Amino acid sequence: MAAVDSAASLQGDKRVRRRRIVNRLAELIATIAAVLAVGVLALVVFAVAKRGASELSWTFLTSDLPVPFSPGGGIAPLIVGSAILVGIATAISLPIGVCIALFLEEFASPWLRSPVQLAIDLMTGLPSVIIGVFIFSLLVYGHAQNGLAGSIGLAIVMLPLITRSTQEVLRLVPNAQREGAYALGASRWRTVLGIILPSSLGGILTGTVLAIARAAGETAPLLFVTGIFGRFIGFNPLHAMPNMPVQIFIWSESPDPEDQKRAWATALVLLVFVLIASLVGRIALLTSRRKLGR
Amino acid sequence: MFALACALMTTVTTTSPDRPLEGGRRLRDRLGDRILFLLTLLASLAAIGLIVLIAWKILQSAHLALSKFGISFLWGTTWDVNKAIFGAAPALYGTLVTCAIAMVIATPLALAIALFLSELAPQSIRVIVGSLVETLAAIPSVVLGLWGILVLGPFVANHGVHWMDRWLGFIPFFNAAAGENGSSSLFVAGLILAIMVVPIVASICRELFVSVPSELEEAALALGATRWEMVRGVTLSSSRAGIAAALILGLGRALGEAIAVAQVIGAGYFIHWSLFGVGDTLASRIVSQYQGATTNLQIASLFYLAAILLVIGLVTNLAAQLIIRRFHVHGTGAR
Repeated sequence: MAAVDSAASLQGDKRVRRRRIVNRLAELIATIAAVLAVGVLALVVFAVAKRGASELSWTFLTSDLPVPFSPGGGIAPLIVGSAILVGIATAISLPIGVCIALFLEEFASPWLRSPVQLAIDLMTGLPSVIIGVFIFSLLVYGHAQNGLAGSIGLAIVMLPLITRSTQEVLRLVPNAQREGAYALGASRWRTVLGIILPSSLGGILTGTVLAIARAAGETAPLLFVTGIFGRFIGFNPLHAMPNMPVQIFIWSESPDPEDQKRAWATALVLLVFVLIASLVGRIALLTSRRKLGR
Repeated sequence: MFALACALMTTVTTTSPDRPLEGGRRLRDRLGDRILFLLTLLASLAAIGLIVLIAWKILQSAHLALSKFGISFLWGTTWDVNKAIFGAAPALYGTLVTCAIAMVIATPLALAIALFLSELAPQSIRVIVGSLVETLAAIPSVVLGLWGILVLGPFVANHGVHWMDRWLGFIPFFNAAAGENGSSSLFVAGLILAIMVVPIVASICRELFVSVPSELEEAALALGATRWEMVRGVTLSSSRAGIAAALILGLGRALGEAIAVAQVIGAGYFIHWSLFGVGDTLASRIVSQYQGATTNLQIASLFYLAAILLVIGLVTNLAAQLIIRRFHVHGTGAR
């Protein structure tokens, strides 16, 4: 009897050891996967920083685009153009996005809520190249390329992002605030404009910053509608506007090593902007969630 | 539409207090309520209208190719501007292969990362690594594509292809044909897509794993399970539906990515076994052809590709949303 017991426990020991080893292995694999993801991020950022920094200078940032097949030149028109394109896109998508979020969270009856929510969810998953060809055929085909069409394309990219982040903040506004306002005799629109929106303003802005970070790097919505532009800074959105993503794309396909260097430097400028914006957005998101969550 | 708005309005106004107020303010309140409601309703209907408009406009622009080639466009293998014959088969094949590579690589990686972030890492590392992984998703695709074409592609060509051809060459996929060095290839496109998919799937799955009730996990540990056994038996199996939805959303990202793929895939329009040859996907074909598109039929054919992409994209997204909604029905009990 005793012998059997010890044999069983021995076997059990073996099994426990095997289970421990499998467990360790799984933990190791998970850790390696996380290290790998961070490693890829570091690799990409490092490659862009290393190759871009050598080309970057004040003249590069402030000069007009280079004449084809000649050295020199800069990317000032790209920076200005990207800023204007994203600025207009924000001006379009922010009010509409907030309105949709208000409708979904404050006004909608259930049977109207779900199709609108579905439309927003589908819009989030819409490939950006589809938005590009849609805007092309709607606004540009048969007309001249123009920056406004590009901005509208970017606005379609930003709209669902802003709507979703606004929805999340609206859900975090305590119901007591709404009820308190109603109990004081405030009407619905006063409650929304005076109580709910101000207390969720931080979150809405955070979502907007994240959406801007996303839109600033989008190429596909711009390629077909504002992809052929001049060398100089332009402020008129009714003409094709130079912008960073499309120019990086064009330069990256060029066999000329000078163009590739320019592509790296422009990519560095874009990447720094996007990473800072998304970092700021993310940190603000965490802190605001913590504040409202309490 | 107006009647619909009014019908909705009545439900809104009845909820507001019906107290005798100073006349002007009452009127203003009712007007304000109505205006704000109509404004938000209009914006919401515009969102639905936009989706419909996108689908309609793309189908309309593809009309010429739709009526000329019909459904046989799907298995046509040529793209010849001079003969005016266009087909989507190579693009469909390229999309299938690159997405398969991306998902095969990204799925285990993303799940492992999500598990690391939700179960394994100490709190401080969790926040840092978690936001770094999400930062990976923030890299613009054109920058990732630039890195792909000038760094990753040459690296794979110099180090990866030879090795894989030697050791895995008996599988037709890894058998590099003569003259293929793999620097612009389906394989590199798959790698780039994997980098894009991983952060999406990982961050959704992390949320899923964190929301698994800790009583269940603690019960498994109390029964003597190791951490891995707990993960396998409780964490993974109770979030199966959510993982499926996350993977489908990741797949949707891979299907639709145009720019980075166009940069690294090499724009070759034919079907072949080897992963180290050039290719094209639905999305990248649109990007690589738009400049040279001269004839109306060619433009319409590109819109036909876009229509196929749109249908696939909408179906995958709908599937994911369907799973998410059903999943939430089950999940609400836990919250």
